[in-house]
Amino acid sequence: MFERIGHSATAQVRFTFNGETVIGNAGDSLAAALLAAGHKVFRDTPTTAAPRGPFCMMGSCFDCLVVVDGETVQACQTPAQVGLVVTSPPVPRAQP
Amino acid sequence: METEFAIIGGGIVGLSLAYGLLRRGKTVCVLDEGDGAFRASRGNFGLVWVQSKGLHQPAYAQWTRASARAYRGFSDEIKTISGSPLNLQQDGGYIIHMSEDSLDADRKLYEGLRSRLGGDYPFEVMGHNALKTEEPNIGPKVAGALYCKEDGHVNPLRLLRGLTVAVRHLGGTLRTGHKVTDITPQGAEFSITAEDAAPITAKKVVLAAGLGAMSLGPKLGFKAPIRPQQGQIIITEKLPKLMNRPNVEVRQVDEGGIQIGASSAEVGLNDREDVATIAGLAAHAVDMFPKLARAKMLRSWAALRIMSPDGLPIYQRSARHPGAYFVTCHSGITLAAAHAGVLGDWLTDAAEQPDVSAFGEDRFDV
Amino acid sequence: MTRPDLIVIGAGPAGMAGATMAAQQGMSVLVLDEQPAPGGQIFRNLGASSTQQRQMLGPDYTAGQMLLDGLAAAPLTLISGAVVWDVDQERTVTYSKDGKAYRVKANYLLLSTGAMERPVPLPGWTLPGVMTAGAAQILMKTSGLLAKDAVLAGSGPLLYLVAVQMLRAGTPPKALVETQTPANYRAVLHHAGGALRGWKALAKGARMLRELRRASAPRYTAARDLAITGDTAASGLRFTAKGQVHHLECATVLLHQGVVPNTQITRALRLDHQWHAGQRCFHPVLSPWGQSSHSQIYVAGDGAAIAGAKAAEHAGQCAAADILRCAGRITAAQRDTLAASAKRNLAGEQALRPFLDALYAPPAAILRPPDAVTVCRCEEVSAGDIRAYARLGCKGPSQTKAFGRAGMGPCQGRTCGLTVTEVLAQATGLSPQDTGYFKIRAPLKPVTLGEVAALHSPAPQQPEGQDP
Ligand SMILES: Cc1cc2nc3c(=O)[nH]c(=O)nc-3n(C[C@H](O)[C@H](O)[C@H](O)COP(=O)(O)OP(=O)(O)OC[C@H]3O[C@@H](n4cnc5c(N)ncnc54)[C@H](O)[C@@H]3O)c2cc1C
Ligand SMILES: Cc1cc2nc3c(=O)[nH]c(=O)nc-3n(C[C@H](O)[C@H](O)[C@H](O)COP(=O)(O)OP(=O)(O)OC[C@H]3O[C@@H](n4cnc5c(N)ncnc54)[C@H](O)[C@@H]3O)c2cc1C
Ligand code: FES
Repeated sequence: MFERIGHSATAQVRFTFNGETVIGNAGDSLAAALLAAGHKVFRDTPTTAAPRGPFCMMGSCFDCLVVVDGETVQACQTPAQVGLVVTSPPVPRAQP
Repeated sequence: METEFAIIGGGIVGLSLAYGLLRRGKTVCVLDEGDGAFRASRGNFGLVWVQSKGLHQPAYAQWTRASARAYRGFSDEIKTISGSPLNLQQDGGYIIHMSEDSLDADRKLYEGLRSRLGGDYPFEVMGHNALKTEEPNIGPKVAGALYCKEDGHVNPLRLLRGLTVAVRHLGGTLRTGHKVTDITPQGAEFSITAEDAAPITAKKVVLAAGLGAMSLGPKLGFKAPIRPQQGQIIITEKLPKLMNRPNVEVRQVDEGGIQIGASSAEVGLNDREDVATIAGLAAHAVDMFPKLARAKMLRSWAALRIMSPDGLPIYQRSARHPGAYFVTCHSGITLAAAHAGVLGDWLTDAAEQPDVSAFGEDRFDV
Repeated sequence: MTRPDLIVIGAGPAGMAGATMAAQQGMSVLVLDEQPAPGGQIFRNLGASSTQQRQMLGPDYTAGQMLLDGLAAAPLTLISGAVVWDVDQERTVTYSKDGKAYRVKANYLLLSTGAMERPVPLPGWTLPGVMTAGAAQILMKTSGLLAKDAVLAGSGPLLYLVAVQMLRAGTPPKALVETQTPANYRAVLHHAGGALRGWKALAKGARMLRELRRASAPRYTAARDLAITGDTAASGLRFTAKGQVHHLECATVLLHQGVVPNTQITRALRLDHQWHAGQRCFHPVLSPWGQSSHSQIYVAGDGAAIAGAKAAEHAGQCAAADILRCAGRITAAQRDTLAASAKRNLAGEQALRPFLDALYAPPAAILRPPDAVTVCRCEEVSAGDIRAYARLGCKGPSQTKAFGRAGMGPCQGRTCGLTVTEVLAQATGLSPQDTGYFKIRAPLKPVTLGEVAALHSPAPQQPEGQDP
């Protein structure tokens, strides 16, 4: 659970994650905004469909992957912007 | 240690041969290098490929097709022994062409081979629209493709691991991390020396050391006229299904990634990838499948092919030391089933043997 | 910009200090950094931080302002938001910014890409809700977000720092679970060299601990057998301390076991690397001035070997001074003068390290986890898988990568690399040095094929200065 120390003056950015509206602060990464909004699970792994969320927040673990505009990006390295349509990456196919 | 067969090289070729010999009840010891060795077997494209092979040498076309036909059974065996499937798909494949001219030129070559084989050579020419119904994601620049129903692909790393497990399971010895430095014929036997390891005595020795044969070959009387040829490959993130069948330059692998390649360059023993080459591969892939423009490239690599002067395999028994054999090829994935299968009859002097006379080293003598 | 004399990759303390000095001495300098603003890990977002953030993050954080000011005043080009994804032998750097790739070449490179947190493979560490302590700190620095009721677990100065920063912000950790054992404290007694400074650092740690104690955050020491519980997300942390099994319920677990050099670029360049037994990681082999086995490529900061932010700053200056000498702009004697205080201070900071390394040494069970633990988070490969591949004959990470895909995922082995080396070395009996590391290849970070394809020109041309 994450809680914001009040800087209420900051402008808000509104975007969607898997169809749900998320309101973050200007300057947030997508990962920060999603965590602040209570989203823990960002995706399921392509190998075993295990749930994952951000781990390192510095761009090295790649656990925070989401899809924006058809491109897989690191949520912790992508600024939250008004109107973004963010989704979890699809789980490709079952492994034998 | 004593063994009937010592196999120098634990790549796909050496392991396939070892597997076939173990199935014939022979004792086999495979000797392999450490982590840093050049290994085509872990850097290749994974095609089990028929079309365009042997356009100028029908014996090679037939040898390739025989291996492709034997592949399903071979793959099932490895799966049964190792417990893990090789994810073989043999449902046909394409060579995509970006111009009518090149498509037509290749069609003529294929037709030439077909007539030399008495009509027994399956392929189809597909125009843009015909291909589009099979592969809806091709781009507008694609002119068409040559399709062969005998083409397919496999997970080459699963093959490498599966063969490793199978060779051990069948009682083979696999000694890794010790580079063979010398092979000395002693009477009818061979004494094999490796770094940091006790020597091995073998009745027969098979040189399947990939590029390592360049230096070891002459010790056994082989010319070993091979050279490294660099190939670079790209793999993307895992994606939902984008293509149904493999194409010689782009395929969707069993895990979901799109593999793109391979380039070819004569740069010696250099396995460094470079951005210029990768950019060329990427541009071509995006032309073929425009949706790939948004796909993330995860990794690229360069690996070294083991090339003979005409690109065909070399199967040679030593004239000077009849217990020594040299086996190499630049399509070791495709030929794995043949190497694990009938080629063992040649190595064991069986009553019935495949005719490999077209693949001797003497073809390079002029 | 035409071809710069020097490209600096990474604008943390090392890169900022090095770039500033080189530019002040007349070199044309291009600085590339992935973050939206300079600062590196320690001074992340400092330029845009609020008063509240500065208060909770403390004086160590605000101390970075001088470096930021120096960088801003220096005559150089800084490109933020630039992800470097290839660096080659000819010193051509390829990076992407806003969806477009660029190539730029320089005579000299200074690699100052810093550190990353050491992986902490333990049961359940892949569950949502489990993060690193550094991740929690990044959320404070960039978004003013505080982890509530989080359990901090592991070892290292950053663990205490983050605990205290959380405390100052009014959300103390629910508990602090430390893996250090009395043996760690005994080990430090052997480090007479640097001990005085070491004890100072320890005293700083002790002050932080007192602060935590006053806030009555429960503390467990010599904890072992750590495991995260939970099915689809973390629900708690289980561990054994003083012979007793504990289970703390919590939705957020913050793990930390120190930091290790980020060697992706130096590895991709195939520079010489060496195993550091004290820090249990690889680092590039460097001259005392930071010159690598490629004479025109330098490395400074925590990417060279872990020594902290102060050391990084001094090392960046030392490297810049030697690059100036190497380029014929100053003599060796002038270099020695220019970098005299940096060199002295660097030596002082480095002397402290063996002490801290011994004090906060990661436990064996983290370095070489039990079979069931996931090692490669991307491809979900366990320590047991790696051991099985060793039994099949794999001697090194390239072979296990081919057999089981560890290191083939999007993180390019950043997260599992050291663990794979350690587990393999243990299984084969080879040293970590002889076991080696993954071969790192382009791209260092995933890029779209479209971006890569846009670099293709039918008639290949030489990369020049960066285009816009
Ligand atoms: C880019 C690329 C793409 C390819 N694509 C395909 C494809 O799609 N389909 C296909 O069929 N083929 C393909 N190939 C070819 C195929 O990969 C090779 O034919 C095959 O892997 C060769 O196997 P090998 O065992 O002979 O050689 P390698 O895999 O190179 O193995 C040689 C082995 O010998 C060992 N060795 C060498 N010297 C010594 C020594 N002195 N002592 C002990 N051991 C030694 C090494 O350790 C190594 O393991 C491709 C190759 C490349 C490079
Ligand atoms: C998450 C984390 C938090 C930390 N917090 C603190 C702290 O609060 N206090 C403290 O004393 N120490 C902290 N440290 C330790 C830190 O390593 C050093 O204090 C100091 O920041 C090291 O400085 P540096 O210049 O070597 O590297 P860094 O400060 O790490 O700077 C490296 C820079 O390189 C950039 N970079 C890396 N790879 C690329 C690439 N491929 N392309 C473009 N840019 C790239 C990064 O974005 C980063 O800005 C932290 C470390 C980590 C990993
Ligand atoms: S959380 Fe690790 S890369 Fe984003």
